[in-house]
Amino acid sequence: MINEQSPRRVPSDKGNSVPLVEMNGIYKSFPGVRALTNARFSLIAGEVHALMGENGAGKSTLMKILSGVYSRDAGDVHIDGQLMEITTPRDAQKLGIGIIHQELALMRDLTAAQNIFIGREPRKGLLLDEQKLNADAAAIFKSMNLMLDPRVPVESLTIAKQQMVEIAKALSYRSRILIMDEPTAALTESEIAELFTIIAHLKADGVGVIYISHKMDEIKRISDRVTVMRDGEYVGTVLAADTPIETIISMMVGRKLTDEALVIPDTSNAEVALEVRGLRRGKEIRDVGFSVRKGEILGLAGLMGAGRTEVARAIFGADPIEAGEILVRGKKLEIRRPQDAVRAGIGYLSEDRKQFGLATGLDVRNNIALASLSRFTGAGGILRDGEMREAAERFIRQLAIKTPSDTQEARLLSGGNQQKVVIAKWLLRDCDILIFDEPTRGIDVGAKSEIYKLLNALAAQGRAIIVISSELPEILRLSHRIAVMCEGRLTGILPGGAGQEEIMRLATQRESAMAPEPNSKVA
Amino acid sequence: MATTDTAAKPGLLAGIRGSGAYHKLLAFSGLIALLVVFSLASPNFLQTANILAILQATSVNGVLAIAATLVIITGGIDLSVGTLMTFCAVVAGVILTYWGLPLPFGILGAILAGAASGLVSGAVIAKLKVPPFITTLGMMLILKGLSLVISGTKPIYFNGTPDFNQISLGSIVGSVIPVMPIPNGVLILFAVAVIASFVLTRTALGRYTFALGSNEEAVRLSGVNVDRWKIAVYASAGAVCGIAGLLIASRLNSAQPALGQGYELDAIAAVVIGGTSLSGGRGTVLGTLIGALIISVLANGLRILSVAQEWQTVVTGLIIIVAVYADILRRRKL
Ligand SMILES: Nc1ncnc2c1ncn2[C@@H]1O[C@H](COP(=O)(O)OP(=O)(O)OP(=O)(O)O)[C@@H](O)[C@H]1O
Ligand SMILES: [Mg+2]
Repeated sequence: MINEQSPRRVPSDKGNSVPLVEMNGIYKSFPGVRALTNARFSLIAGEVHALMGENGAGKSTLMKILSGVYSRDAGDVHIDGQLMEITTPRDAQKLGIGIIHQELALMRDLTAAQNIFIGREPRKGLLLDEQKLNADAAAIFKSMNLMLDPRVPVESLTIAKQQMVEIAKALSYRSRILIMDEPTAALTESEIAELFTIIAHLKADGVGVIYISHKMDEIKRISDRVTVMRDGEYVGTVLAADTPIETIISMMVGRKLTDEALVIPDTSNAEVALEVRGLRRGKEIRDVGFSVRKGEILGLAGLMGAGRTEVARAIFGADPIEAGEILVRGKKLEIRRPQDAVRAGIGYLSEDRKQFGLATGLDVRNNIALASLSRFTGAGGILRDGEMREAAERFIRQLAIKTPSDTQEARLLSGGNQQKVVIAKWLLRDCDILIFDEPTRGIDVGAKSEIYKLLNALAAQGRAIIVISSELPEILRLSHRIAVMCEGRLTGILPGGAGQEEIMRLATQRESAMAPEPNSKVA
Repeated sequence: MATTDTAAKPGLLAGIRGSGAYHKLLAFSGLIALLVVFSLASPNFLQTANILAILQATSVNGVLAIAATLVIITGGIDLSVGTLMTFCAVVAGVILTYWGLPLPFGILGAILAGAASGLVSGAVIAKLKVPPFITTLGMMLILKGLSLVISGTKPIYFNGTPDFNQISLGSIVGSVIPVMPIPNGVLILFAVAVIASFVLTRTALGRYTFALGSNEEAVRLSGVNVDRWKIAVYASAGAVCGIAGLLIASRLNSAQPALGQGYELDAIAAVVIGGTSLSGGRGTVLGTLIGALIISVLANGLRILSVAQEWQTVVTGLIIIVAVYADILRRRKL
């Protein structure tokens, strides 16, 4: 049974020998999957402890056990040195354990404030005190330097803002053990900086923070210790300051990684595969024009909210446009619906896999085949399941998708592996023009370089590729040319290998500061 | 997703998006349009007596539809509201006529019977994880059978309790303002609507009702006792069905054990026309009220125009589909 002590603050005393959290010999299996084998973790007050590992290594599962979402098969959990049985999220909350889940867990129809205080609504007698609710939420936002109206429905927020609401919610519990499972996957640079300031404050208050991320630079920036897991097992714990990134990576993947350097092919004579002229919609897309040639990878850089996703969705016919032309292989096309785009050979990998990318109830095989079913349809409309399996298994191997089999339900895969499934779907579809929106979000280092190699190979086959990414290193690693957007406008197009500073300058080139720009046309 | 961000889509509907305002407007204008058409078509339509008849006819379905609204907002469904209503009416009959207890016991008994039945449904759904559709389908038949059993398959008349028919047919308003003989049944409908609307928007129960329909897993992960609240919603809906049972029994001055099946579909129709989403998370009592009114205005108007009953049913079916299609058009992002 749970010990009913009220959460108390452990002073930030490095000499304090009793760890906040001590997990030992944790085992957990799901049908067909051994998620954790003898996993181990410990956390002391006032530290930021990074938990690292490849996709499917068991990081989220271990944290869900700590926060009462899953029950463990074996092992024990000590909180403040005392053996605890945490069986529900409520138990965890009582012990002062808060968690930001990897997959956003918000109630879309409720407002931001209502989401934050769900289960703990301030009351006035029998009634809810909506005023206090909104004021309290506003106060939290203010402390986070976040401009957000607490009364807006979460549904109408961007993913980045939704993520900030999740963070606000976790902070509102004033937990002394705070788990963050890939909190920055969808955040902008400035929001990340804000989050790190918050984490620094929490640390000073003696809160123990468990931090999961696939972004290596973040680990160096904020963590004190790093624990690495591989295939559900404990690999080791090291001090972040003394350990080179390469060492951590090889602990994660169990081998040394090699990556190809950027090679920019000469595509100046290749046919223009896709051209966009004068695309407009309200404030989101303001006169955007560019082109991509066959065999070329065009990086679309910019800060979150610059309008890159909007442009991609407009090209794909997922949202209407007010003006503009879209030309595929020199021919003007009316793209009203995604169907039209797909028929014209355009594929779009959405940044929001939960909502648009993955049929979570279907198995891996069907998800991969979903956009190419006609290819597997035989006489009488009967699907050739064997071929579908072969195709699915090919991608499972190629992208190292961690799944017990191709018939596993997609929703049961780890976050990063779900992303790989969506990528496989569009790779299989064999489109001539591919738009990848944040393709490596939540993907581990090893798989990332696999995906980079794949994109290069696709380009070499003569496909035109647009990559939208908020991670500059990714843009720089992949792009043959880089288009930069800011506030709905195209602020410039740079050659591949351009400097980070140049890109950042264009990405922050607000309208007021800008000289009248010639219509951003491409040669 | 960025494109649903607060910036309104251009066009006619800018400004009235969000929280079903547009749909309510749509349902409401539909209602007004029907009223205009029928009053032009027949001079008898707008007579006070006819308007009161429409309101009176709405009271039972309206109350049932409010019960159904609560459940549907959680993302569930309640197919047992019709036969539960009958069951509660029969319970009142047993208490008042067979046992001869005074009126308040009958009223209390009916409402408690409703709440108890809702509690059972809710517990089966929350604890045993039987889907709401199946659970309430089972309950629908169980209650239908039980009504027949405890009534001895005969109607129970309330002749020993002369005040009983006043619950629905009397008019407290009329005794104060003689020109406005609004029947108590209609008053009760509005009272239930006001209370339900209040509960939904201002209390924790209401908040969890929406939260459950929006993302049950997220509510669970927030440390909320999901099962308890879900049961509470079904129990409240059951209690509201008890009120509907009293209304119908009082109007007929009898508890008819064979009645009830089919009412659940009218109730769900009213909910859907009123813009509540069957997938949960959104909905309003006001919308449901308008939906229920649309159904009775349609029935009444078509009857005045001497359209055959069969065709009334056809038209109601069409209206349901059109109403939901309008809602889909509104949400279509593509
Ligand atoms: N509910 C579940 N049912 C079946 N298998 C599961 C379930 N949850 C997780 N798994 C499996 O357990 C393993 C560990 O998953 P987990 O989510 O902990 O990985 P992770 O380290 O968080 O990876 P990522 O970096 O991709 O988020 C994976 O193989 C995953 O497919
Ligand atoms: Mg994870």
